[in-house]
Amino acid sequence: MQYRYKIAGGDFSNAGSVASSVKKILRQLNIGHSVSKRIVIALYEGEVNIVAHAYSGIADVEIDSEKIRILLTDKGPGIPDIPKAMEEGFSTASPQVREMGFGAGMGLSNMRKNSDIMNITSENGKGTVVELINYFGTDAR
Amino acid sequence: MMTISDIANKVKGRIVCSEEKSAAEVEYAFSSDLMSDVLKVERENVLLITGLANLQAIRTSEMSEINCIVFARDKKIGNDIIELARENGIVLIESPFSVFRISGELYSAGIKPLF
Repeated sequence: MQYRYKIAGGDFSNAGSVASSVKKILRQLNIGHSVSKRIVIALYEGEVNIVAHAYSGIADVEIDSEKIRILLTDKGPGIPDIPKAMEEGFSTASPQVREMGFGAGMGLSNMRKNSDIMNITSENGKGTVVELINYFGTDAR
Repeated sequence: MMTISDIANKVKGRIVCSEEKSAAEVEYAFSSDLMSDVLKVERENVLLITGLANLQAIRTSEMSEINCIVFARDKKIGNDIIELARENGIVLIESPFSVFRISGELYSAGIKPLF
């Protein structure tokens, strides 16, 4: 199964709507609770990152019998120093993002913690691609 | 363990939506305005105490399987927030108390901390 969602940069009222949709799909597929919770938290943090930092983004979600693969592709400033951005506490978020309850420099580390595989590639001035893969394992179905 | 309606009484709060869930019991609570910290909570059946009255508090609770939020200091809870909470079956409580006092009252009443 494949799904594609658009994410608008700066649209804080909708941040989380993709994760919410994916959560409902996983529930319909009877994916185990703890597995699905990790996936939707990683995706939600990813969505918040796009809303907070990029101009626009797309979430491509692929689900097969053993795993879910999420590709978050954004058009934005990119991440100049990925290892630095992965450090807990490092953030370039605006005051507006902080008012929303985010921007403490925990997003990427929360995403890594809640995914089985995470890959980030970024091009300065163009954008960032984050791949998240989670296996359903024994908790599935 | 306390029921959500007992918690509302304890913090002089008003249940704003999803009243039908107010008989559910809560064992743990977590106070935070930082949603990334809330998203790190692994345990379920946790009550969120926050001063952050926006849609992200609801989305975060949806993702974290939190089914009750107490908003401190009479924060104005917008209709969009109530609507989203209702869709997700999340009970919202408005309390006149501060985050500190709500936490203290509930801790004294036996609600457990996470850390």
